[in-house]
Amino acid sequence: MTQSSKKENGGILKRIFSDLTLRRGVASILIFLTLWEIGFRFHEWFGVMVPFVGKIDAPTLVVARWREVVLQPGYWESWYLSFGRVFFGFLVAQVIGIPFGLAMAVNKNFRGLFFPPFEILRPIPPLAWVPASIIFWPTTELSIMFVTFLGAFYTVVINVLGGARSIDIQYLRAAQSMGATRWDLFRKIILPGTMPSIFIGAAVGMGITWEVVLAAEMISGGGQQSGGGLGFFIWSSYMGGVMDQVIVGMISIGLAGYISSSLIRYLGHISMPWRRMF
Amino acid sequence: MNQSDVMILENVSKSFGEDWARESVVENLSLTVKRDQLTAIVGPSGCGKSTIVNLLAGFELPDEGRITLEGKPVSGPSKDSLVVFQETALMPWLTTYQNVVFGPQLRGDMPKNELKSAAESIIDTVGLREFRDKYPLQLSGGMQRRAELARALINQPLVMIMDEPFRGLDAMTRQLMQEFYLRLCEQEARTNVFVTSELEEAIILADSIVVLSNKPASVREMLQIDLPRPRNLDMLNSTEAYEYKRHAMEILHEEAMKSFKGTDTNSDFLEAYSRRA
Repeated sequence: MTQSSKKENGGILKRIFSDLTLRRGVASILIFLTLWEIGFRFHEWFGVMVPFVGKIDAPTLVVARWREVVLQPGYWESWYLSFGRVFFGFLVAQVIGIPFGLAMAVNKNFRGLFFPPFEILRPIPPLAWVPASIIFWPTTELSIMFVTFLGAFYTVVINVLGGARSIDIQYLRAAQSMGATRWDLFRKIILPGTMPSIFIGAAVGMGITWEVVLAAEMISGGGQQSGGGLGFFIWSSYMGGVMDQVIVGMISIGLAGYISSSLIRYLGHISMPWRRMF
Repeated sequence: MNQSDVMILENVSKSFGEDWARESVVENLSLTVKRDQLTAIVGPSGCGKSTIVNLLAGFELPDEGRITLEGKPVSGPSKDSLVVFQETALMPWLTTYQNVVFGPQLRGDMPKNELKSAAESIIDTVGLREFRDKYPLQLSGGMQRRAELARALINQPLVMIMDEPFRGLDAMTRQLMQEFYLRLCEQEARTNVFVTSELEEAIILADSIVVLSNKPASVREMLQIDLPRPRNLDMLNSTEAYEYKRHAMEILHEEAMKSFKGTDTNSDFLEAYSRRA
């Protein structure tokens, strides 16, 4: 009994480590890091500078710096602050964007009224809102969150609107013949039918939110009223001329973005058992 | 009104488009659907069959003429005239079982236990017991059609409208589905309208066939199919079946030709084509 369960556990571990996708992923990262290291060391080994790569601090230096940085509470505070801003802006964008998109999808008058201004506002880059936002909102923190919100909002609305309007009319007709009221159609067909688009909008929106929050942090320069954040971390490292720390910041953002989009994929996976996303 | 007439279409016309580009799709169509019989509607492709389905199901209302179901005018979609769609219209986010109980659950017109046993017995009938908790995407094409049949059957519609239900299935599955459907219809008589572009399918399944004209669709001919029941697919090789087929084929061919007429290029093409044959 115990032996067989042990065997099974070993089997699972073995399966994880023999998983081809995982091995490929690890191999590709290792190759990338090796090339980067060689690129940087080329100058001291062979006396010739490799363009671009040669100027960027090698992974070993970055890791060394990182080991110092992780001991500073400010670094983790930046993670915390950026995550907070991203999730707040993102959440508000979902809470307002999903109903707004659905309303435009199902109601012609509502769409006629709100779609034109929406489409005029949409091409304005969120970062262009930074000055206006700083004037408009009482605290820097709120201004940053507002810009973050804008980053996700348009993508969420466009995806929900498109998704809801491309639901196959046969589902609606089938439900109608079986006696569905308008409310039933909305609840039982349009809502579940839009779910995939909601999650696609969320995944794309999450990416844009990270891009925007970091730029907003850099521009509005944290530090005084509001704390740093990862964007400000990069900015101040650059100002201080600490290049390896800039790279630490960049990789941190990459990881943060990866963690948040994984979370959304996971949510999509469990809430739509009929459909495997991505 | 005759007691055996379930659905009557009288001089029904329907056209689409703006006034300046109005296209008549159905014109002066009259037909009757008899109780407990399978009425097949065949016509050249693009002749307006789907529009007729939409009219029968109440998704569209006629511009002229009237459609009655058991004496009452059809004014919108209802569970009494249910469509089994061309491409599957099973909700992808519901399991087979959830799809089957969808209608009764919406209307709340069946006690819970009764619904459960009814659904389970229908799922058994269509042979999907082991797949009752699978999602449509996990079913094969043939299973999807059977699940959809089950979803329609549980509502006990007065008329079941099959809109080219076996289209897109591979030849083998299609044959199996035809046999399955034949058995289903012969076990328990139901009023069915079966729309198809396959003549052989219509002959083997139907009690009567309505042959449509080219667009705008109207009735070109009504054929009574007197092949004995229970039927099987081998009967297609009988002389009677062959006669029905030849006769209907002539009409369909004639109608299909009409859509080629008009330009010189088309008649050139036709001439070349007939010479090759």
